[in-house]
Amino acid sequence: MPIWTLYGISRGVATTPWPGKSEAGQQPGVLGLPLFNPDRCEENCRACVDSCLPDAIGIESSRAGERLTIDYGKCIACQLCTEACPNDALKKSNQWAFGVRKREDLVWAEALATTEAQELKNGIRRNFGRSLHIRHVDAGSCNGCESELQALNNPYYNLHRLGIFFTPSPRFADLLLVTGSVTYAMRGPLLETYNAMPEPKWVMAVGTCAVSGGIIGGGYSCSHGLEEFLPVDIYLPGCPPNPSAMIHALLVLLRRAEQLVHGGHYEH
Amino acid sequence: MKAAVEHVLSPEDISSSCQQLVIDGARLQMAYAWFPQPGEPPEVLYLADRGPHEAFPLLRCRLSKGVAELPSLAPQIPLLGWYEREMMDLCGITFAGHPEPRPLVLHEGARPPMPPLDPRYPKNEMIAFTSMPWELPPVEGSDVQMLPFGPVRGDVLESAQIAFYYIGEAILHCHPRLFFKHRGMEKRFEGLTPQFGVLIAERVSAIGSVSHALAFCQGVEAACECEIPSRARYLRTVLAEMERLYNHLYYLGHLCHTTTLKVGEAQGKLLAEQCKQLNGVFAGSRFLRGLLKPGGLRRDLNLHGLPPKLYALEPEIEGYMQALEKTNSHLDRLITTGHLPQNVAFDQGASGPIKRASGIKRDLRLDHPYAAYELFPFKIPVRQEGDAHARAQVRMEEIRSSIGMIVEAIEQMPEGPVERDLHPIPGSEGLGWCEGPRGSTYYCVHLDSAGRLARVKVKSPSFSNWRVFPFTVHDTNMMDYAINEASFGLTMAGCDR
Repeated sequence: MPIWTLYGISRGVATTPWPGKSEAGQQPGVLGLPLFNPDRCEENCRACVDSCLPDAIGIESSRAGERLTIDYGKCIACQLCTEACPNDALKKSNQWAFGVRKREDLVWAEALATTEAQELKNGIRRNFGRSLHIRHVDAGSCNGCESELQALNNPYYNLHRLGIFFTPSPRFADLLLVTGSVTYAMRGPLLETYNAMPEPKWVMAVGTCAVSGGIIGGGYSCSHGLEEFLPVDIYLPGCPPNPSAMIHALLVLLRRAEQLVHGGHYEH
Repeated sequence: MKAAVEHVLSPEDISSSCQQLVIDGARLQMAYAWFPQPGEPPEVLYLADRGPHEAFPLLRCRLSKGVAELPSLAPQIPLLGWYEREMMDLCGITFAGHPEPRPLVLHEGARPPMPPLDPRYPKNEMIAFTSMPWELPPVEGSDVQMLPFGPVRGDVLESAQIAFYYIGEAILHCHPRLFFKHRGMEKRFEGLTPQFGVLIAERVSAIGSVSHALAFCQGVEAACECEIPSRARYLRTVLAEMERLYNHLYYLGHLCHTTTLKVGEAQGKLLAEQCKQLNGVFAGSRFLRGLLKPGGLRRDLNLHGLPPKLYALEPEIEGYMQALEKTNSHLDRLITTGHLPQNVAFDQGASGPIKRASGIKRDLRLDHPYAAYELFPFKIPVRQEGDAHARAQVRMEEIRSSIGMIVEAIEQMPEGPVERDLHPIPGSEGLGWCEGPRGSTYYCVHLDSAGRLARVKVKSPSFSNWRVFPFTVHDTNMMDYAINEASFGLTMAGCDR
């Protein structure tokens, strides 16, 4: 019979040094959300708008003329717009760290918003920065977000090393992490879970479905995401967001990492 | 419907014809309804499988105006029970004499203004819902206790609710309540172009993204009489096997979690992670999304670097599986746990590795080859034991054959285009299928007069296997429950849709 302890030790350290010791090597090859370069945009071209199923790309008409609007909170990273765009105004990218504290930050704005980011609740870093307990609720997902959440506890990501834990009971939880576009049947259990959590508590919307309803929002069974029911403290779009994106967003919540997306602009 | 042999029947004949199919050795695969014309009565379709290389029989039956009722076949063909209840909930058809005439897909307390799959159902209208107490079968006895569990469960798990009636450790009855995650995916296809439809199919069940997209694309291609290029067939085969690989490795790790074999869990999940990372490197998506489309693939893939990576991983995987098979503490918990007899597996509709672990030798990849599977014959792993260990062993065998198939397909892959123009044929219908990691996935695709999707029916393997699962729980004990559930490898998203 194998001696599993020795077996494990002989396999060495599997955990990634990221984040912290190294920035490189995270999610090689994985396509993230498309990046937008308005300078390359052609007038009267609607190719990307027509190729977007969840209406993340739209056209806003004003007196100054028409302009493209992009809401990353609705993007399912299907990459169809990058294939449709004739000029590379929308480009495939490897950027997936789209966790933001304010929903507006996922909407592409003409100029960068200059207002200071408002502190949501003071002291989250001091009190929870080194130990955060998460209760996850699946409010009607495709299981993609769950699959990546489960991956957080595999030896490669090893979420525990960052002091972040999943807890079975909402009574011990600091953060309610919600996936899925909130079906009519999960609305009640979701709110009950939230109400069972002690104060102070935070809410995180993981995946495009939880952020905006995604491709299924607004049907006969699903709502347009978590915002309709609960105050959301951090949004992470992606279909599904990969485990590194989830770790980054959790660290953004804890003020241990910088938010990279402001006004729909991704900062390098 | 293309890719199936049709028989048009009247409502009176449907019962005898279905039963005749079963007597002839065929197995019903699914039943569903759709509304060919808004405001007109629905049509009910029954799909069966006659066995390897035999065309799929499809019975169709148009209901007469004003009579939305059919006799229930569930008493004779139990696996149809859930499909009939689904049609009652979503299409407003009554099945007379149904043994469990309760809602299934929509929960008690859901009040849609009209059947949700009716094409006239108002857009963007959520069904009204008032939470109602769950109707449970009465179980009496002085020492009987009831444990409700879920829908928010421990760990990171999908939502589902299960009630156990038990005495001490012994489970008397297990009563699942599913479909908390019913999102109305089939409705979402309505009115979309086939090219958009594939995005929906990929999102029915993420860990079956390729299987669902593949079955959907093949359904559309059958309907539109589109032959895809040879290179696309090979690439599809590779993608489908890469999906099987990461799924089965995760499955083994999760099974170790339930038997508390900690290092085994870590290793299985690490191997699954490494496969997902390979998916990212070579296909741009950890779930292999955004690649398939009706007519072929959206872009060509350069997979030359993949076989060396798999060769490096193979001894790790093989060593891991052999170590599991030598671990008494692990095997003790699996052997004889959650026994599923062959006749129950057949009658109740078990699918994929579950049925193969109960002695039913069926695999769509060989029985009804698609993509390039014809060129890569393999031995279908079958076990007779029908327990948790057999279910794990079947998957281990499949891991071995998957690696071989991926490498072979990449080595023999022809050059050439990966897509062909697809011209939707208005009013056409097609059947597509795929043997995914969890079992057989079928898509029935109906196009409307404008060549858009009118109705897409999704038969997912987890819908079949969730129906079977409780039969292995009754009369077992609480300690084995989690192991048994893990050994089935079920998803809620695929089941609930």
